[in-house]
Amino acid sequence: MNKNLFKGTFDLIKLLAKRNILSISIWLVSIVSITVVVLGAFTGLYSSEEEMFAMAETMRNPAMTAMVGPSEGLDNYHVGAQMSHQMLLFTGIAIAVMAILIVTKNTRADEEDGLIEMIRSLPVGRLSVSLAINKLMSTVFILLFIVVAISMYLTGLENITLEGSILYGAALGMIGIFFASLTLVFAQLTENSRGTIAYSFAFLMLAYFIRAIGDVSNEMLALISPLGLILRTHPFVLDNWWPILVMFVASVLLFVLALYLNSIRDLGSGFIPSKPGKKTASKFLRRPIGLYLRLQRTSIIAWFITMFLLGVSYGSIFGDLEQFILSNEMIQQMVSQDSNFTLNEQFMTVLMLVMSMMATIPAVIFVLKIRSEEKKKRIENILSKSVSRNELLFSNLIISLVLGFLMLITSALGLYSASSAVMDDPILLSTIIKASIVYYPAMLIMIGFALFLNGIFERATPLVWLYIVYSFLVSYLGDLLQIPEAIMKTTPFGNIPNYPVEEVNVLNLVLMVLVASLLIVIGFITYNKRDIKE
Amino acid sequence: MKILESKSIVKNFGKVRALDGVNLEIKKGEVYGFIGPNGAGKTTTIRILLGILKADEGSASIFGMDVWSDAVEIHKKVAYVPGEVNLWPNLTGGEVIDLFTSLRGKINVEKRDDLIRRFNLDPTKKCRTYSKGNRQKVALIAAFASDAELFILDEPTSGLDPLMEQEFHKCIDEAKKAGKSILLSSHILSEVEKLCDKVSIIKDGKIIESGVLKEMKHLTVTNIYAETKSKVTGVNKLKGVHIFEAKDDGYSLQVDNEVLPDIIKKISDFDVIKIESYPPTLEELFMKHYENVEVD
Repeated sequence: MNKNLFKGTFDLIKLLAKRNILSISIWLVSIVSITVVVLGAFTGLYSSEEEMFAMAETMRNPAMTAMVGPSEGLDNYHVGAQMSHQMLLFTGIAIAVMAILIVTKNTRADEEDGLIEMIRSLPVGRLSVSLAINKLMSTVFILLFIVVAISMYLTGLENITLEGSILYGAALGMIGIFFASLTLVFAQLTENSRGTIAYSFAFLMLAYFIRAIGDVSNEMLALISPLGLILRTHPFVLDNWWPILVMFVASVLLFVLALYLNSIRDLGSGFIPSKPGKKTASKFLRRPIGLYLRLQRTSIIAWFITMFLLGVSYGSIFGDLEQFILSNEMIQQMVSQDSNFTLNEQFMTVLMLVMSMMATIPAVIFVLKIRSEEKKKRIENILSKSVSRNELLFSNLIISLVLGFLMLITSALGLYSASSAVMDDPILLSTIIKASIVYYPAMLIMIGFALFLNGIFERATPLVWLYIVYSFLVSYLGDLLQIPEAIMKTTPFGNIPNYPVEEVNVLNLVLMVLVASLLIVIGFITYNKRDIKE
Repeated sequence: MKILESKSIVKNFGKVRALDGVNLEIKKGEVYGFIGPNGAGKTTTIRILLGILKADEGSASIFGMDVWSDAVEIHKKVAYVPGEVNLWPNLTGGEVIDLFTSLRGKINVEKRDDLIRRFNLDPTKKCRTYSKGNRQKVALIAAFASDAELFILDEPTSGLDPLMEQEFHKCIDEAKKAGKSILLSSHILSEVEKLCDKVSIIKDGKIIESGVLKEMKHLTVTNIYAETKSKVTGVNKLKGVHIFEAKDDGYSLQVDNEVLPDIIKKISDFDVIKIESYPPTLEELFMKHYENVEVD
């Protein structure tokens, strides 16, 4: 191959390193510290063999396998086995995300912004940018591999073997190298950086789901997915090296493909043409409510998936819950002691609290779309037309009210679908749904508070997030830290009964709805009186 | 018939007085220029007229209705193009045009497609890929495709290339012929001169002059640059000459348009090698004529 194709690669590597040193450092430090911290946390999780077996039992169900991957080490579920079972996949996904974002930013995004054109006008080879980013990312992930391996081994914990540590680090580094090469291919294929990111993330999600299905039902299917493949290393348990080799070969092939595609295309072009958008607006997009639904479409879908998966992941713990709770002192303290109800039902009330607060986040985001649009100076596009402020506000409010409610239902359905699969005597769907929607008035208060602030003192609107974080801390840790009841009542969530363990006081809930309505009404009145910010 | 009227509008941003008694009056069928340097209060005035900001004092009405309390009703017949058009990156230009027109009333498909063709816009592209000029085209197409009675245009040509600027001027002419009224804020004097019947000049939040542009003598001056074989003498003292500077190879002058023929004749006595004339920019005029105009 012509040597001139790669001219200037070394200088480019230096340039890329300088531009990305901060983000790369943050990623690396976060990944390494999370690995070490979790390793430490796993160490103190149980004190006897029985507790270890109890832990392992809760992992022995298909829902758990679908989520975190196959379990080879459950018979001797030591710290190393836990790491490779519960942490390898998620850390690997984080590394894949890192590779996708950094490679896209320095290839297709730079090309889109005309930066690559500047570079190519200099005596620099046609393939130098691709080669430079590949070399930089490979160096970064080899560094990650070495640091992870050394820091794990240096913890000196029992069962954290030298070979296991090296393999664990190599598995993580290999995922990074693989996704860096893959993203480079998509950077050649697509015409803009959004396309590169979209295709790369779609591949990552597909890899996760194929692995999930494969891990539960078909070993061969799991091996098609790079994530499934890398999990087959089973560091600290089986210590298989062959998946690393396969992934390495695949990465090299992808990289060669990327170089080939790069060499036969023009600067600025791709192979997958970006399809032209719609020439006219659909009927749906002709009033503000349609506009705001459309603008948030992706985020809405993502939140529904998140809430469902959250429900599933909590639901999957129910299988051998009693053993799990007995083995975990922290959770024991959080679950109120009431013998009239099963531990399952008591535990569910804790989950409902957490899930309802999670569901409040999208609800508040959706209603505060009106503020983010104002900050981006797009509100006057609408208000200069024949649209009243009330209609504008109401459009955002109704989206928030309806979707917030559906978020609660979705998380409850997720919880039910997983828990009914793993429990011998499942909790009734109606009980779960009811336990979930009793939190709706608390969500309403948060939505109302957001609108209230947005109307009365726009700049203070972020306070609503502070209140949500405060509520989260107080409610979640309340029992654990034995926070007084009076303080628990300062959050809307603290005023919601723990159904079915506690009776539902309808009057109380009606009162909360009234407070929320009042906040919303004040939000409307004040928004109608204030200036739109420039 | 008055289409738009504002009486002594005052607006404060904290301690800063942005507008200090702005009076405007636009009659039906008028193209009204609203000129002034950056930061003078043009956009703030327009935002008050649109009911996006609330005036602290004074009153403003469009079609005889209050701009704040009747905003929704007024906007059915008002088309607005801002100076900086902010659009949603993931909607296409075509979708935004339809959204804007349908938020006002009905979509006139024929008019819309004609304007899209005239302004040479690709409506299938996402707004994220549009340049400033293309975003402005989206807003202009949406405005002119509507059946508005009043157009409020805030420096609408700042990102357009000369060809598109011409197309914009045609649109203004057509709207005028159809009996529509137009408020055009601008800082390009030649544009205002060409299009507007009347102007108001705003500085530091106050209207300092209003009327027919041709009658504002100090606004109708011309810059001249001349190179001659012999030394030019006696021109700097003549009536109507505001600036006379000797440069390395020639002379720079600013003269009233009224006396322009006389001055040219006079200069030609000195054997002209080269002569150029160009209109002054608004900034030059403001520097020269209005820097000492006291607000109050």
